[in-house]
Amino acid sequence: MSGSSGNGKGAAVRVRVERGKLFLPIGTIILFLLAWDVAVRISGSDLFPTPIQVAKGIKELAEKGLLLKYIVASLFRVSWGFGGAVLVGVPLGLVLGWFRPAFFAMNPLIQILRPISPIAWIPVAILWFGVKDTAPIFLIFLASVFPITVSAMAAVQNMQSVYIRAAQNFGLTGFSLFRRVIFPAALPQIITGIRIALGVAWLVVVAAEMIAVNSGLGYLIIDARNAGKRYDLVVAGMALIGAIGLVLDLLVRRLEKFDEVRWGYGQR
Amino acid sequence: MANVEPLIRVRDTWMSFPGKSNGKYVHVLENVNFDIRAGEFVCIVGPSGCGKSTMLNILGGFLKETRGEVRVEGAPVTGPDPGRIFVFQENGVFPWLTVEQNVGFGLLARPEGEREQRVKHYIQMVGLTGFEKSYPRELSGGMRQRVEIARALAAEARVLYMDEPFGALDFLTRLKMRNDLIRIWQAEHKTVIFVTHDIEEAVQMADRVLVMSRRPATVQAEVVVDLPRPRDLDAPGYLEARDKIFSIMGMDAHGGGAGEPK
Repeated sequence: MSGSSGNGKGAAVRVRVERGKLFLPIGTIILFLLAWDVAVRISGSDLFPTPIQVAKGIKELAEKGLLLKYIVASLFRVSWGFGGAVLVGVPLGLVLGWFRPAFFAMNPLIQILRPISPIAWIPVAILWFGVKDTAPIFLIFLASVFPITVSAMAAVQNMQSVYIRAAQNFGLTGFSLFRRVIFPAALPQIITGIRIALGVAWLVVVAAEMIAVNSGLGYLIIDARNAGKRYDLVVAGMALIGAIGLVLDLLVRRLEKFDEVRWGYGQR
Repeated sequence: MANVEPLIRVRDTWMSFPGKSNGKYVHVLENVNFDIRAGEFVCIVGPSGCGKSTMLNILGGFLKETRGEVRVEGAPVTGPDPGRIFVFQENGVFPWLTVEQNVGFGLLARPEGEREQRVKHYIQMVGLTGFEKSYPRELSGGMRQRVEIARALAAEARVLYMDEPFGALDFLTRLKMRNDLIRIWQAEHKTVIFVTHDIEEAVQMADRVLVMSRRPATVQAEVVVDLPRPRDLDAPGYLEARDKIFSIMGMDAHGGGAGEPK
């Protein structure tokens, strides 16, 4: 049992660590913004914006109603592409991890398709789906389905055999073995795969929107550049992408805190 | 009683595994014979790596003997059976379930009232009352082994196969677990086959100790420990049984001699 009680000294250290977790990153970001500002002023560039100009750009987007519209457009595409990848990748990975012949049959094909950058699929996606929402959704699906499939597959293959043997001892077979033991045992690693895949999906939506559609944060960046070299809006788009990416990752990380999966992440 | 088949009957049982190279076979078990009666507490001891775990896995239905006859409860073993539960050294408690969900794991087909009552009863029997909602990662190693034992008992296992279940625990926890296991066994009238490399552990608990030889292993000797429980570890009968097993394994009780187990 972890029996360390909150005695005075330990609690003080803990408070200091918690404060450090909050203030250290904020300090780093402030330093980064300062350095950026100073660098732009020294260089005398009239195209590249200072942080203040970027903030003004974001405000301008908000006032025009474009901020929310573009964010929603990008998140909408990620939701469909990524959601589809979870629905396909998790069951597929579980099956491939469990049935050896399926693994031998499918794994080489997966390993060939996996390293092809989703960006390379853009022309194909436009050919198949046109310049509509379907094309970026397809690209996001492609980008995220492989990490999810592979992590689910590896999770089943690396599972401690003692869980399977215990389950078989209690007479579990077939679907109930899958549902009651294989799936929960694989879940922590599946969630890790989902986290990685969501990061990739977010990378790809921006790239896809630069080419295939006329809304979203990726489109904002290209459009701001092409329509009058508005680099304040270009960088605003980049900052928004970064901030939303951070929020998405924090949301998926919350999944790792559930009691049903916390055992799978070691001591933290 | 002479014509009644014992609960477990192992006759002329051999086990070989394909070797790592050149198509040779590694012979692990050679001509193993023993019987175990219903309600007995039998320990199997032997040098590390001799094949005693292999024998237990054959009894449990996780491995198939190369040849011979292995009958449990009147029929050849064809696979794992919910009436005969294996308790693993590496702990087979499911970490994604709470203590009470683990203990109730084998009872999902039962009506809810009966299930709850059995879960409560066996959690209490292994001394985990108050930890029903805890997850295994919040428990010590000894407590996790208690959960696994409770899970087997709750599912009405008639036979417990225990593969060095206390091997990973510290010394004091191990002593306590032995006493508790004996108490539970006396209350529940199960048959226990307990594999260990710890001779003291075997003599403290067993009705009978089967001593296996080095690989390829066979049952070298059988030592009956006819002493009242709880056992007095200074009693002449205890020391005699212990020293007898040590000498069968080619050692004296102080760890000298050939073939000291790890």
